[in-house]
Amino acid sequence: MLDQFDPADDKMLQVIDNNGKVISKELMPALSDDETVKLYKDMLFVRTLDFMIVSYQRQGRVYTYPPNYGQEAIGVAAGTVLRNDDWLVPAFRELGAWLAKGVSVKEVFLYAMGHEDAFKFSEANHMIPMSVPIASQLLHGAGIGYAIKYQKKDEVAMAFVGDGGTSEGDFHEALNFAGVWKVPVIFVVQNNQYAISVPVKMQTASLNIAIKSKAYGIKGIKVDGNDIFAMIAAFRYAHDYARKESQAVLIEAVTYRKGAHTTSDDPTKYRTTEEEKLWDKKDPLRRMKLFLEKKKLWSDAEEERITEEYKKEIDRIFMEVEKNINYPLEDAFKYTYAEMPQDLRNQQIEHEKFLQWKNARK
Amino acid sequence: MKAMNIVNALNDALDIKLSEDKNVVIYGEDAGFEGGVFRVTEGLQKKHGVERVFDSPLAESGIAGTAVGMAAAGLRPVIEMQFCGFIYPAFNQIISHITRMHNRSRGKYKMPIVIRLPYGGGINALEHHSESMEAMFAHIPGLKVVVPSTPHDAKGLLISAIESEDPVLFLEPKRIYRAIKQEVSEEKFSVPIGKAKVLTQGTDVTVVAYGAMIREVQKAIVMTKEAGYSVELIDLRTIYPLDKETIIASVKKTGRLIFVGEEPRSFGVGSEIMAIANEEAFLWLEAPPKRVAAFDVIVPYPQGEHHYLITPDKIFYEIERTIKF
Repeated sequence: MLDQFDPADDKMLQVIDNNGKVISKELMPALSDDETVKLYKDMLFVRTLDFMIVSYQRQGRVYTYPPNYGQEAIGVAAGTVLRNDDWLVPAFRELGAWLAKGVSVKEVFLYAMGHEDAFKFSEANHMIPMSVPIASQLLHGAGIGYAIKYQKKDEVAMAFVGDGGTSEGDFHEALNFAGVWKVPVIFVVQNNQYAISVPVKMQTASLNIAIKSKAYGIKGIKVDGNDIFAMIAAFRYAHDYARKESQAVLIEAVTYRKGAHTTSDDPTKYRTTEEEKLWDKKDPLRRMKLFLEKKKLWSDAEEERITEEYKKEIDRIFMEVEKNINYPLEDAFKYTYAEMPQDLRNQQIEHEKFLQWKNARK
Repeated sequence: MKAMNIVNALNDALDIKLSEDKNVVIYGEDAGFEGGVFRVTEGLQKKHGVERVFDSPLAESGIAGTAVGMAAAGLRPVIEMQFCGFIYPAFNQIISHITRMHNRSRGKYKMPIVIRLPYGGGINALEHHSESMEAMFAHIPGLKVVVPSTPHDAKGLLISAIESEDPVLFLEPKRIYRAIKQEVSEEKFSVPIGKAKVLTQGTDVTVVAYGAMIREVQKAIVMTKEAGYSVELIDLRTIYPLDKETIIASVKKTGRLIFVGEEPRSFGVGSEIMAIANEEAFLWLEAPPKRVAAFDVIVPYPQGEHHYLITPDKIFYEIERTIKF
């Protein structure tokens, strides 16, 4: 499949069109009806959770958050191939994949509220914390790939980045290291057309992003990131290939960030409503819903009922997290080193003396 | 026991750790087949295999960044940066990930990474090959910064660094890589990180130094003996965490403090030592604490480097001025 969609021909893997009609039957991944419906529900859950976090942010109950709106298919599809021992090296906009790895909704809230306890990932195995400096995490993926190969383990690392990140040196170094070392890493570029306000055409003169794989001697494929079936087909193939051949793959998922870059951003400043409307037709949930409706697997009533259910549950968890959130002073100190230097301990003790003085004054 | 220079001692430490711990891997530019440009890893690839001691693509950020992934997955990478002046492309990985992953993951992912870094001047090298920028690294929370001055300490500290659960920047004073030979045990031993060593006992003045400067101070001490001064010399051995106790105890005894370093003087390790003396031993001071360090200039090319380097007579001059203050 990776050869069939040569990025040099600028071909894009698609399974369904904008109206949910299957356009390439032979590429449709094998899925039962239940599995298919679950995919939609997972995307719906991500969208609902995402909307609610943005709304909590607007209420001042959450700090900065990067919405996933419009990009739900990529994370959810990634989650379908990631096994317990596979590694997820996230950027920060692949919520569906985090949840599939076992990150709890509570941890997602802690992340959005600004608490490192989010990254304890008590139920998520082989999950690396979200990374803010752009593209630097891709090298962590390549390093994990080396460890997997060295330890002769049956694992795959999947590392995410955005289109803007492909301009960073670390993107190129990561693909180069993974290519030279021949390690099982899937690099996923969510090409959502913008790096905050800068359009992708200002990031690269390449024909597409997937074609960059060729320079590093690895395979690459451009996929419709708003077509969940296409994403699953690509992920299944890449996962199998990376594992069996111990090779890296670059997947470009073409999508559109319907929301803001983060809750601090205002996209109306740098893009037009015409453009947004164009992408509305390609919305991943809309397309899959049309597909499901044709097969009589889904209805508006079902959607309404389940969305309400999700909202209730999400809000219940949020209130619980909000009520119990706590950040003791010692937590600011104790994780800086695995073996805490005495001087750092003394700094904490010194500050505690000040706090005692302060409390005594009250 | 065997006569070893610093290069031999480092090689021995790496060999011991490779032999006893399958998770230890070594890589960097020229670190594999050739054994590094200073031959510190010579013979290790042949003995331990190309999967454990290897050449990586020539990219410092890539070397440091991949070490983060390896450490997260259970390995203990020892990475080599060829020269101090080449480490800057890796700076983001060091300051944003190597030193933060443990904190960010609330202890889930430890980063037992050793970054080996030849540093310092005095070898008539090209530009970017003579810097002493240790203070920049000592300033980063989450990092330990170590620097030996003898073959014995080089071996013992490197073993401790590889066994540290925290990342360690391991500075190697390349000027004295082969300058000193010492009888060093071939057995495994370690020198603890965070412990300075009093090399010479004295009563008139405390001199704090590390790395290649120790030898220069020792030359100055020969001159001070002739002049009748008693100098106490402390080899820091670890820059962070700093052994404040040893420094303070000595300053309280001698009442005078001089720092000798080849780093640019302002905002340096020496500045921190001065601050400690003021904060912790103010009432014991009989003269202003003094930094004998390099100028705040770019290291001159070899034809001008003699203006820049700290020499024994300069150290003697400052010792005498401090004692006579």
